[in-house]
Amino acid sequence: MAMSNPGNRVTQGQFSFLPDLTDEQITLQIKYALSNDWAVNIEYTDDPHPRNTYWEMYGLPMFDLKDPAGILMEINECRKTFPNMYIRITAFDNTHGWEAPRMSYIVNRPPSEPGFKLHRQARDGRTQGYTTEPYATDKPEGERS
Amino acid sequence: MAKSSETVTGKDRYKSGVMEYRKMGYWEPDYEPKDTDVIALFRITPQDGVDPIEAAAAVAGESSTATWTVVWTDRLTASEKYRAKAYRVDPVPNSDDQYFAYIAYDLDLFEGGSIANLTASIIGNVFGFKPLKALRLEDMRFPVAYIKTFQGPATGIVVERERLDKFGRPLLGATVKPKLGLSGRNYGRVVYEALKGGLDFTKDDENINSQPFMHWRDRFLYCMEAVNKAEAATGEIKGTYLNITAGTMEEMYERAEFAKQLGSTIIMIDLVIGYTAIQSMAVWARKNDMILHLHRAGHGTYTRQKTHGISFRVICKWMRLAGVDHIHAGTVVGKLEGDPLMIKGFYDILREDHIPQNLECGVFFDQDWASLNKVLPVASGGIHCGQMHQLIHYLGEDCVLQFGGGTIGHPDGIAQGAIANRVALEVMVQARNEGRDYMAEGPEILNKAAKWCAPLKSALNTWKDVTFEYTSTDTADFAPTATPSN
Repeated sequence: MAMSNPGNRVTQGQFSFLPDLTDEQITLQIKYALSNDWAVNIEYTDDPHPRNTYWEMYGLPMFDLKDPAGILMEINECRKTFPNMYIRITAFDNTHGWEAPRMSYIVNRPPSEPGFKLHRQARDGRTQGYTTEPYATDKPEGERS
Repeated sequence: MAKSSETVTGKDRYKSGVMEYRKMGYWEPDYEPKDTDVIALFRITPQDGVDPIEAAAAVAGESSTATWTVVWTDRLTASEKYRAKAYRVDPVPNSDDQYFAYIAYDLDLFEGGSIANLTASIIGNVFGFKPLKALRLEDMRFPVAYIKTFQGPATGIVVERERLDKFGRPLLGATVKPKLGLSGRNYGRVVYEALKGGLDFTKDDENINSQPFMHWRDRFLYCMEAVNKAEAATGEIKGTYLNITAGTMEEMYERAEFAKQLGSTIIMIDLVIGYTAIQSMAVWARKNDMILHLHRAGHGTYTRQKTHGISFRVICKWMRLAGVDHIHAGTVVGKLEGDPLMIKGFYDILREDHIPQNLECGVFFDQDWASLNKVLPVASGGIHCGQMHQLIHYLGEDCVLQFGGGTIGHPDGIAQGAIANRVALEVMVQARNEGRDYMAEGPEILNKAAKWCAPLKSALNTWKDVTFEYTSTDTADFAPTATPSN
């Protein structure tokens, strides 16, 4: 028992409530992104804080790669390199009015997800100052896997 | 309809006394609206014996420069420019006594950036005008020059998604129930369970303000404890719409400041606070990086009946200009009024940058929003996870689906209700993206997921037969039928 949410895992992304996506299912989602002319990007991190916006980029967004199998190969390379990291797929839409991500889903997780500590600081009146801190980042960056 | 101008010119035009509106210059069938004109389309039902063109001219007159009699002081002004011009009157299809009147208004008739000023003209006096049995404002076309005088939505769909880190699926919410009577502590329990279970948002209801059973500060404090605890439990951004609606602007600002101090991502107001108050809160929200949710409390008093009032599509346009980020805009399948085509029209108006005329959906004019931020429509009222395929089909992915009863009423608890909704949502988005015929296969997709998700299974069992099949009152006048060729 680690996290207190019922799925016992970080629930960021489009598909965190589903069983882990298979390679075949990931390929279908990549096809959907490509059919919309969105550029697929692979990102990884060991810091799952919900405000950690900038995960590390595993290369640049694949603007010119239109082959789902090729993209899946990149994803599997990334998984092999960082098996204990969170890895997410982001699809970028460059059309006017969006110019923003249109998809985001997790395709790799660390074997255990220790969750978050909620710090409370008593403030004026009855108000509390809240800070969320991932247990996963307790150790210095150089000592984390 | 008579197609020639009857406007009296020269000295005779200003002879003291009463003159028909159509002769005073408010009926100009040859007028071609300028790109910079504001255009309003009214559905008019004249009193028996009143000529529809005279009625349309009267509406143009009374919503712009006219009074009941000729006044010489018109001659001190560029009066032809300032007169609104009825330029087209069409009988409403399948009706004996109703007409569509198109009226053009020069841009100089309006103060920039003020819905109050716009509405004081367009719906100010004319709705009580005696020669009309009934009057309905059906649609408006705003020129880009006018739109550019408004701030627009404080946050907009794109930035809201980026700020919340939620992409590619509808957001999920729930209104806390019972909407009246819970203490702050008990209220926060509902928020925590729902957010921890998998919802993105919870929401105050329209009439939760500061009552004897729960004063507003207690609600805000317990709700933010719940939001922060749920964020830590899930690693996901969460929010709860804190309703700051109050009796004065000063009180609303105080509540908004407290919500900000507590770190809330979103605040909420009700439509009944009025257009100017809404614009003020939109400015505050932009300045304070706050998402602004609007509950359309009260709109049913004037949007629902086809012959009199204001169409909700006009309210959508005014609210996009006024600057809200969320607005309740119908569900199609739930318990509240909503014809599928009409709702599509509302959602398009809120979410698209350019909306072409689409009579089948009640959209009478091309509308260019000139990159004004988009409003996220909210579907709320009698919806449940068994309808997920229909909801995604009709409403798309840029909306908030609010399952209040459908979360809190779950037989196994609130968090389980939230799981059921989130799983149903994700599995349906996945199926849609995979290219499956999810409308046809929807029930099968849900049942398959229910095999590994017990909360979804009991939700489907509980609500499987709940539907609200009533005839809509607000429907399109133009059916998509083929025109026979002669």
